[in-house]
Amino acid sequence: MFKKRISALILLILAGSVAYFSYDKTGEISRFPYRLGLDLSGGTHLIYQADTKALPESEISGAMSSLSDVVERRVNLFGVSEPLVQIEEGGTIGNREHRLIVELPGVTDIKQAVELIGKTPTLDFMLVRPGVDKLSDAEKAKLKLDEIFVSTGLTGRYLKHAQLEFNQTTFEPYVTLQFNDEGAKLFGAITKANVGKIVAIFLDGQPISTPVVQQEITSGNAQISGNFKVEEARTLVRDLNYGALPVPINLVSTQTIGASLGKGALDASLYAGLWAFVIVGLFLIIWYRVPGLVAVLALAIYTAINLALFKLIPVTLTSAGIAGFILSIGMAVDANILIFERMKEELKRGKELPEAIKEGFHRAWLSIRDSNLSSIITAIILYYLASTPVVKGFALVFFLGVVSSMFSAITASRTLLLAVGAKGEGKLSKFLFHSGFLK
Amino acid sequence: MFIIRNRKFFYSLSILLVGASIIALSIWGLTPGIDFRGGSIIEVEYASRPTVDSVNTALSGLKLGAYSVRETGDAGYIIRTDELTPSLHDAVLNTLSDGGKVSLTEKRFNSIGPVLGKEAIQKAWMSIALVLLAIILFITFAFRKVSRPVSSWKYGLIAVIALAHDVIIPAGVFSVLGHYAGFEIDTLFVTALLVILGFSIHDTIVVFDRVRENLHRNTEYHEKKEFDTIVGESINQTFVRSINTSLTTLLAIAVLYVLGPDATKHFSLALLIGLTVGTYSSIFIGSPLLVTWQKWQERKNK
Repeated sequence: MFKKRISALILLILAGSVAYFSYDKTGEISRFPYRLGLDLSGGTHLIYQADTKALPESEISGAMSSLSDVVERRVNLFGVSEPLVQIEEGGTIGNREHRLIVELPGVTDIKQAVELIGKTPTLDFMLVRPGVDKLSDAEKAKLKLDEIFVSTGLTGRYLKHAQLEFNQTTFEPYVTLQFNDEGAKLFGAITKANVGKIVAIFLDGQPISTPVVQQEITSGNAQISGNFKVEEARTLVRDLNYGALPVPINLVSTQTIGASLGKGALDASLYAGLWAFVIVGLFLIIWYRVPGLVAVLALAIYTAINLALFKLIPVTLTSAGIAGFILSIGMAVDANILIFERMKEELKRGKELPEAIKEGFHRAWLSIRDSNLSSIITAIILYYLASTPVVKGFALVFFLGVVSSMFSAITASRTLLLAVGAKGEGKLSKFLFHSGFLK
Repeated sequence: MFIIRNRKFFYSLSILLVGASIIALSIWGLTPGIDFRGGSIIEVEYASRPTVDSVNTALSGLKLGAYSVRETGDAGYIIRTDELTPSLHDAVLNTLSDGGKVSLTEKRFNSIGPVLGKEAIQKAWMSIALVLLAIILFITFAFRKVSRPVSSWKYGLIAVIALAHDVIIPAGVFSVLGHYAGFEIDTLFVTALLVILGFSIHDTIVVFDRVRENLHRNTEYHEKKEFDTIVGESINQTFVRSINTSLTTLLAIAVLYVLGPDATKHFSLALLIGLTVGTYSSIFIGSPLLVTWQKWQERKNK
């Protein structure tokens, strides 16, 4: 008996510390904060489809990750806290789609966000057509742009990265360009052939800068200096990085949740979770008495474990996820009820209380295992075939809930029940361990 | 025994509900939401709400294709359209606020392209097929040892009948609600149906399990009880447990339905209906059907 009580005590202390960990919400500074989905915190969720048709299979994953890098840089310019950019493979078997998910917490002005991310402007390096520079300014003004300039074949496809820098002495801003290997070769050839001439940089068909080549550049690095204001230079860098988008993308889904709606949904979810716990708990205590109380304790431990898992994994909580958790609270009780009903049958057959408890656990285990198996299978299938983040969130929480409910029923309930399990044959203990309102 | 004796009454109730559901489904079908169809939803809230007519008139000026406007809450509208581009979305908002003169907040904007919708439909069917497959395997495994007096495949078939019962009724209810209250079927609804499948198969199996155990005991101790007595006893023994486990789950879901956020209201409603009829079918339909089948077999053999 003493041993059992000690292990129960240890269990309770452990559970208490898990609960404290779950409760601890020192907020953003905490190393393990709760992560809220956009439907609860408010913000924008965008799904882009990447057009990878032009790329060979072997280059897709590389292109996707550099796409994700570029978009991430742009999103960072937007000044959002904790944006999320991730690559996802979608589509059904035999028809793989590559997607980019962008989450912008707190942003509801999607037009601006989409413009910032989505445009695939073209970046071109152009040369002045031979003969044009001999014309007078008045004659030049009459010509169309493509009559003045001719493409060099060097485009944004070859640009690796553009960056804003400052002159060490004058503090004037300038923009550095870095080409990839192929681009560096091209750029080298172009600059070698055109020393002293203009190589114009075009964005979306408009000249944004017209530097004059000083010498051949083979390093793949170029500088655009000019009388930039810091703001202008920053915009140019952004635009250049725009042009460097390696894969065309196409917006296929937008979801925006206003902050107030998100907050309302969060409050409603938490409120529902709390009351679900209280009502289920009351039912258990009224119907099953002492075992019921034990089940409520086990349920509290179960809740603490789950919340801790949400923090540790971390699970992004959405309203569907919290719904899954509430559903699993209801189901977690199932194992306890199975055990208690078996226990009662054993008591009826004339077994002593401690033995009835042991036997009850023993006999109920198979049913518990089978009953949870079907839910676990459903959760796994849902998780892997989820077409929306909503369903995925639900499936993950539901899965965690079912698994940890098995754990809490067979370890927590058992330990606690054995610890309180009096030897008494008295009417009181019989009453306390029976259930229902009749007899 | 009460349940076994009055099984015809319980059958009729189920047949009535399933029949009505099938009729509703064949007349109205289910209304797919933008998850499946593709399209956009805008939810706005006004300080003081203009009339539906004025909103309709204003929106008809834009080239939106088919759209619908529905009131929500005290001062809001939900507007459903085909998929909107960001610039068209902006135009709609501008129109709704009459060029910024009327103050409104956009609470939610959701837009899904038809490609994603198509994929969601495919994935929904795939997950339904996989869950059904898993359940059939599960049943085959669970009943591999039973044979007399009802052979094991019959347990499986009856379990499947009970399952069909459990998903047809919520689908029927949503068909009616779709027609009269504009309820749409989204990915969460399909999720709810799959959860119902998992929950109710297990509930049915618990009772069947007990039948099996008692049949075994019957032959072992030569008790010579009738088959229907054994089934009746098995139902009685598992009755409290079935009701109680369902009850706790239903309590939790009911709380979610009443207090939870709007986003999961339809989901919890589907679960409430499905889990209720699921519990009903495992107690009042599944096991009594075993008896009916066995009696029918007896008559045929005479």
